[in-house]
Amino acid sequence: MATMTGQPINRIDGPLKVSGKATYAYEHWDVGEPLYGFIVGATIGKGRIVQIDTTGAERSPGVRMVMTYRNAPAQGPRDASIPSQYSRAYPMLSGPDIHHYGEPVALVVATTYEQARAAASLVEVEYAVLSGHFDFAKRLDKAYAPKAVNAGLATDSAVGNFDTAFKSADVKIDQVYTTPYQFSQPMEPHCCLAVPNGDDLTVYVSAQILAEAHTAIASTLKIDPLRIRLVTPYVGGGFGSKLGIHGETILAALAARALKEPVKIAMTRQQIFHLVSVRPATSQRVRLGAGRDGRLVALGHDVTMFTSPISEYAEQSATSARGLYAAPNRLTRHRLTALDLPRGEDVRAPGEAPGLHAFESAMDELAHALNMDPIELRILNEPKVHPEEGIPFSDRRLVECMREGARRFGWERRPAKPASVRDGRWLVGYGMAAAIRGQFQMTSKAKVRMGPDGIAVVQSDMTDIGTGTYTIVAQVAADALGVPLDRVRVELGRSDYPAGAGSGGSWGASNTCTSVHRACMALREKLRIGKIPAEGMEAEGEIAAMSEEPNYKNYSIFTYGAHFAEVGVDVDTAEIRLRRMLGVFAAGRILNAKTARSQLIGGMTWGVSSALLEDGTVDARTGAFVNRDLAEYLVPVHADIPEIDAILLDGFDGKANELGAKGLGELGNCGANAAVANAVFNATGVRVRDFPITLDKVLPALPREV
Amino acid sequence: MRPFTYERAIDPEAAVAAVSKAGAKFISGGTNLLDLMKLEIERPIHLVDISRLPLKDIKEEPDGGMRIGAQATNSDVAADIRVRTRYPVLSQALLAGASGQLRNKASVGGNLLQRTRCPYFYDTAASCNKRDPSSGCAAIGGINRGHAILGASDACIATHPSDMAVAMVVLDAEIELLDADRATRRIAIGDFHRLPGTTPHIETALKTGEMITGVVLPAPPEGRQFYRKVRDRASYAFALVSVAVVVATERGTITSARVAFGGVAHKPWRAKEAEAALTGGTATMATYWAAAEAAMAGATGRGHNDFKIELAKRTLCRTLAHAAQEN
Repeated sequence: MATMTGQPINRIDGPLKVSGKATYAYEHWDVGEPLYGFIVGATIGKGRIVQIDTTGAERSPGVRMVMTYRNAPAQGPRDASIPSQYSRAYPMLSGPDIHHYGEPVALVVATTYEQARAAASLVEVEYAVLSGHFDFAKRLDKAYAPKAVNAGLATDSAVGNFDTAFKSADVKIDQVYTTPYQFSQPMEPHCCLAVPNGDDLTVYVSAQILAEAHTAIASTLKIDPLRIRLVTPYVGGGFGSKLGIHGETILAALAARALKEPVKIAMTRQQIFHLVSVRPATSQRVRLGAGRDGRLVALGHDVTMFTSPISEYAEQSATSARGLYAAPNRLTRHRLTALDLPRGEDVRAPGEAPGLHAFESAMDELAHALNMDPIELRILNEPKVHPEEGIPFSDRRLVECMREGARRFGWERRPAKPASVRDGRWLVGYGMAAAIRGQFQMTSKAKVRMGPDGIAVVQSDMTDIGTGTYTIVAQVAADALGVPLDRVRVELGRSDYPAGAGSGGSWGASNTCTSVHRACMALREKLRIGKIPAEGMEAEGEIAAMSEEPNYKNYSIFTYGAHFAEVGVDVDTAEIRLRRMLGVFAAGRILNAKTARSQLIGGMTWGVSSALLEDGTVDARTGAFVNRDLAEYLVPVHADIPEIDAILLDGFDGKANELGAKGLGELGNCGANAAVANAVFNATGVRVRDFPITLDKVLPALPREV
Repeated sequence: MRPFTYERAIDPEAAVAAVSKAGAKFISGGTNLLDLMKLEIERPIHLVDISRLPLKDIKEEPDGGMRIGAQATNSDVAADIRVRTRYPVLSQALLAGASGQLRNKASVGGNLLQRTRCPYFYDTAASCNKRDPSSGCAAIGGINRGHAILGASDACIATHPSDMAVAMVVLDAEIELLDADRATRRIAIGDFHRLPGTTPHIETALKTGEMITGVVLPAPPEGRQFYRKVRDRASYAFALVSVAVVVATERGTITSARVAFGGVAHKPWRAKEAEAALTGGTATMATYWAAAEAAMAGATGRGHNDFKIELAKRTLCRTLAHAAQEN
């Protein structure tokens, strides 16, 4: 009966979603009529509140409360010693100091949303403005080395002697690439409904990892975690921005407890730009030294990015370079420079997305300098073991991804010479890039119980953030129990359920499904030997963190892929449009071919977006993100994404887990941007290293046609 | 958003009477006004809904022109077969704007009155002479990639975002107005939108209480019509630069030409200098470049938007070459 896993079945929660019956955090009407909160943000980038007048707002119709630092309850402090920033307390309105533009200075709670919003504009704040640092380019010389980077990875790595080898290399690439501030903007904004019941609190939260959100809320409110219950059956997209909670959750909880009534808060789209995660801007120097045959002798990747001075965060942007290609002499480093901007947080494919954008562009530059095919250059430098750790790969298949992609894409038709192919008024080019992403395993628990109706009920606090978790869990459980899919019911997203790993870092699917598989196998065993009726029988399944799993020490467990893009560049205006795109991926066993493909083409679309469009612009005078709405912060629309496809190599990585499955959500966003950037070079002969590649950066290098 | 009252006007006369109250404003599709109200950039205390007035007709006029009711939707005008065949530049411009959903809601009158997309205009914490007269212009010295290169002033460098109006400018459209005294008048579209000067908050020649009832297009001018919009993404983006041209040639000589630009100024920008440089010239790239140089002779960049000058020239030349090819 092991036939459900991998099938491209439709989402089992699809009908609920399209009929509006799937309840998101803001939509739990059964709690009664809630009050509405609206956040007032600072209009300076750095300084202090010297005067705050709430009387106008308090007198405004319907207003029940105006909370500022003067009357906000005492909260737990943010404890930087807790390794995961998403488990730390997230105090709000805790003092008069302003650390970044848009930081909440008041919360207005009223009977209706409109009343709250109208009153919010009546809160009068007078500031003492301090001069802040907002200009990344001007602060590069102030960079320092953090103790570690994201996911606990090492700040630096070095093998051999990079400097000497690079200096004497026959062919060298030494370029600086810059990537901008980027944002996760899920369709469901960051929102929360907090419902008090005596001293207890139910929090309907839009979050990716309930266990961390639970800890963060309890430590902020300084109440017993057992008194707090989180409910998150559906999340309308996260992309890293809901790994942790933000101001809306804490403010809703504080107000609900103070007023003893349900309070809900949703951020406006504009607020999300300042109050939620930002992917740090980076400046990346990539140095590649090779022999004339194309063999790399030296590989260096230096990344500098901004950090908030009050909440250090470093994307692991140079870590992809540690495992991708062989080279005897290697150097990777991460540095941070502090700016008075909103804190950096994980944005989809943290590290890989900007890191591979630069690094895989540099590989393309090297191929061009060597007059080699970019795929052949990569194959020539394919390592036999992990090039820095010396351990074997569990399952790699990067070469297969490139070969298969080349065959399917028609790579042999790639213009050998840049700017040599025209289609009407379009210059046409092909580009490719490799994809690599780490597989993570976190502790994860799940439970399965036989219900009275003969239905097996699977429970975990795992979230479905739009990825298809309900569906793949049901598929895996059905196979493990040997029952049809309709004999399984999946219940997710409640803190009362066993703690799963949550959705994040692409680990949700493989981690949750492995623990579900174990729970089901344990239940099956109980049923086999059991004498009592099946009804009410239950079993738990659990996996340990990767630090406890020998395989994750003894093998390099990663996922891989290859991206191929064809772009057209208007010969007159330099408008750049994607014409088609293909990704081929190796991520072990696929749990559902349809939801996996959706994740991957979504990730590839992020790549197109970062290559060509996304650019959070800061006004260096104020520290404000100027283009803070979706009319001005551009992401692709349908017309920008024509033919796009993702192919999954059939596989099984038994070193990762007994299901053979690895995470793939973010893999589609790893290197996709570089493939597009490389295609722009192939089309035009113009290399833009300041991403995104917008037409104004290409235009000056395109000759006028007369 | 501030509280407001709402009424639906039953006829045009009632509408202009209703809007004469202090703080009252017309609302039609609401595709721009509602966003501005949420941000408290617009703070009407009373809204007069004119979207259902009987001003939706698109009809032919005896003189060979057409009259488009102010409440016709952008979608309806773009799809009208008479507009598509006789005024293709207008249909093309409309379809280049916004998204299908927005075009279904947006009216012709509202499109003419849409406000700039300057991000500092949208940010009530930033200085903006247009939103808050005499407060200054944060776009000067700020992020100004989308801003004006022609006709700007030290008070304002914002652009007018409409595509439709750029096409109407080359068609020599007239705007029909009704005032509270029930008097009607017509004004050439070129005189309707204003340059910023020292009063960027005054954007049009509309008098207080006047309502746009329609747009009158004269009989189609001779020649081929084209609209070309250059933008960062393929759809749902404002023009970095757009060009509307009507050009007629005879045996390789340009007999008449009309040129207007969008995305470059506080109003749809008619380029008379370019028209003069084209008319009587040979239909060659050399003539087009001379026209482009003439059109941009007075252009000034503000830093981030410097590229628009070269972009506008190239876009004009290519659009003219395309039009000549099609002749």
